[in-house]
Amino acid sequence: MAEVIVEENGQETWELRLHVAGQTPESVTALANLRKYCEQYLRGRYKPEVIDLLLNPQLAEGDQILAVPTLVRKVPESIRKIIGDLSNEERVLVGLDVRPAVSR
Amino acid sequence: MIELVGQDALLPQLFSRGALVGVCWPEPRGLLLFRARARELLCQDSRIFFMHRNSPSAASALPKLPKSLTGIEGLDEITEGGLPVGRRTLICGSAGCGKTLMGIEFLVRGVQDFNEPGVLMVFEETAPELAANVASLGFDLAALQPCKMLRVDHVHVDRSEIEETGEYDLEGLLIRLGHAIDSIGAKRVVLDTMEALFSGFPNQGVLRSEIRRLFHWLKNKGVTTIITAERGEGTLTRQGLEEYVSDCVILLDNRVIDQITTPRLRVVKYRGSTHGTNEYPYLITENGISVLPVTSLKLDHPVSDHIVSSGIPALDEMFGLRGYFEGSSMLITGTAGTAKTTLAAGFVDKICQDGGRCILFAFEESPPQLLRNMNSVGIDLATHVASGHLRIEASRPTLNGLEQHLVTLHRLVKEFKPTAVVIDPITNLISVGNVNEVRSILIRLIDFLKVNGITALFTALVNGRGLQQEMTDEGVSSLVDNWISVRDLEGMGERNRGLSILKSRGMAHSNQVREFIVTSHGIELLDVVLGPNGIVTGASRFTQQLQDNAEALAVQQGAARRDRELERRRRMLEANIASLRTEFESVEEELRQISSNEQARQQNLLSGNQRIAAANPPAPTGQPAGPHRRKRLVTSTSGMP
Repeated sequence: MAEVIVEENGQETWELRLHVAGQTPESVTALANLRKYCEQYLRGRYKPEVIDLLLNPQLAEGDQILAVPTLVRKVPESIRKIIGDLSNEERVLVGLDVRPAVSR
Repeated sequence: MIELVGQDALLPQLFSRGALVGVCWPEPRGLLLFRARARELLCQDSRIFFMHRNSPSAASALPKLPKSLTGIEGLDEITEGGLPVGRRTLICGSAGCGKTLMGIEFLVRGVQDFNEPGVLMVFEETAPELAANVASLGFDLAALQPCKMLRVDHVHVDRSEIEETGEYDLEGLLIRLGHAIDSIGAKRVVLDTMEALFSGFPNQGVLRSEIRRLFHWLKNKGVTTIITAERGEGTLTRQGLEEYVSDCVILLDNRVIDQITTPRLRVVKYRGSTHGTNEYPYLITENGISVLPVTSLKLDHPVSDHIVSSGIPALDEMFGLRGYFEGSSMLITGTAGTAKTTLAAGFVDKICQDGGRCILFAFEESPPQLLRNMNSVGIDLATHVASGHLRIEASRPTLNGLEQHLVTLHRLVKEFKPTAVVIDPITNLISVGNVNEVRSILIRLIDFLKVNGITALFTALVNGRGLQQEMTDEGVSSLVDNWISVRDLEGMGERNRGLSILKSRGMAHSNQVREFIVTSHGIELLDVVLGPNGIVTGASRFTQQLQDNAEALAVQQGAARRDRELERRRRMLEANIASLRTEFESVEEELRQISSNEQARQQNLLSGNQRIAAANPPAPTGQPAGPHRRKRLVTSTSGMP
């Protein structure tokens, strides 16, 4: 599932990758949470992608994924890996460097 | 990929991955049942084959634990076949012990010697760093990777990158590992070191349960795994990994004793097999790790009847069989300055002259010094070195640990293949280790040389005089076959050197203490000179010899005198005889003269009478004129003057 949102207002489009291993309860929760945050805070600026490691195991090596589910945000400065089912909203936002005030 | 399974439930899973399944089962009845079940599950898949371990009686013979040879020198002997196949082995040790190296060597040898692909998962170093680090051991990781026999995966764990936001598990790690194993069909896996995960993931509960799951998964995968871990204080590992890995645990230890470091290895436990339980020293050499082999210490080696000369003919004569047995060991002990090295050099010279090869380990002198010194006594070792028959290895014992010396020796002997080895002296090794260690090294050394049929000669320095001289500190004398003691015989204000054979296994030997001197033609044993109180040496010998000479002279002169006396007597006698003879002859002459005169007279008388008888006419008759005539004749004869 990939939602491609073309950005019009000139801000960067950051990549978000959610790595899961099949349909485990955590993965499902994580995906739901991710969608929720995207909707809520980050409309239009992020491009989430879901990678199933069971289908593509070699991708685990490229991104150095150990824990599952992991949300990887690749930014020019650093890589942030947010592990877990994303239920801790604050932590997620901190990890994504998103401040609630910016949301619309 | 061949896997060993005990449960039929796993078969479908295995077959989904295209595995070829071999089943080992101890008894035929179980095998039949299993086969039936397997066929049922898999619809007569032709890829199944069943191996049935034949046992003479099904109940008594139990299957042996299958083992995977490590290829590490000495470790296979200690573990009696290697590491357990399909199970996890924990190697723990403090920093710098060589845990990573051991794991890597396990993999590399697996690829090179046993054709088993392997996966190396490193958590701390990157792959290029690792390759550079192990290049010094002669392992070229880069060369093995392209041919799909070795796979190196670097797992990057960084706490600062990670944000925990809920429930998670470490399936990613398992997936990665699974992918790596499947991509080359690995049989051997090394995880180095798991403890990096503990710094990356703060949630210990999740981490530990996932590690437990990982190890369980590895076991089901059927790969032989080595896990390295850092040694803890009081526990085997710092993070307590030994709870999860308990099939085989090897402990590496780097102890510093008297400023010398010796790494040691101990197999703490090995489920399912016997193993050597002691601590074994090992070394990290340029060919990998070498655990000193220990099984050669069985007293079981072939012996030879061939006799080897000692280099000094007179010394050979002192032995019952004119030399010593090839492959035996010889110890020369003596105090300082008693020509032990010279004796050893004489032996080396003889061996090389006869075409053999010899290694001389010198722990006290440098090779040039040795050559020069031996040249001064007429032993030319330089030509042997040049011709390649002799190799001199010199080093200070304190340079390396004892084990390093032993390994060097092993390596040189394997390379050079000598017929004889000389170590001069062995007592220097005590400065490196304590007496027990030196003794153990020497036992192993002597055994190693014996097994290879190499004649060995050791020189040892002893302290003290008298009784102490007869015993060496290390008790080495009981290990060797022949023992020559070289002593200082002090007396009459001077020291002389004497040599005696204290023991020679397998043959008779002389019990004399023979004096010897070191001349510019080598060592010469002097003849035995008996004095009034036994054998004499040195100046007493000269005195004794002078005395003996004087006596001999005196005896000689006495004999001459007697000879002359005899001669004189004889001459006198002869003179007497001559004079008596002369006298006798003159008397004889005289008597003969008288007798011939007498005869002449008789003759004259007779002829005269005949003439008278003829002149007188014969009487007429009847008258016996005889008597008258006779009377007349007589008368007339008497009347005729």
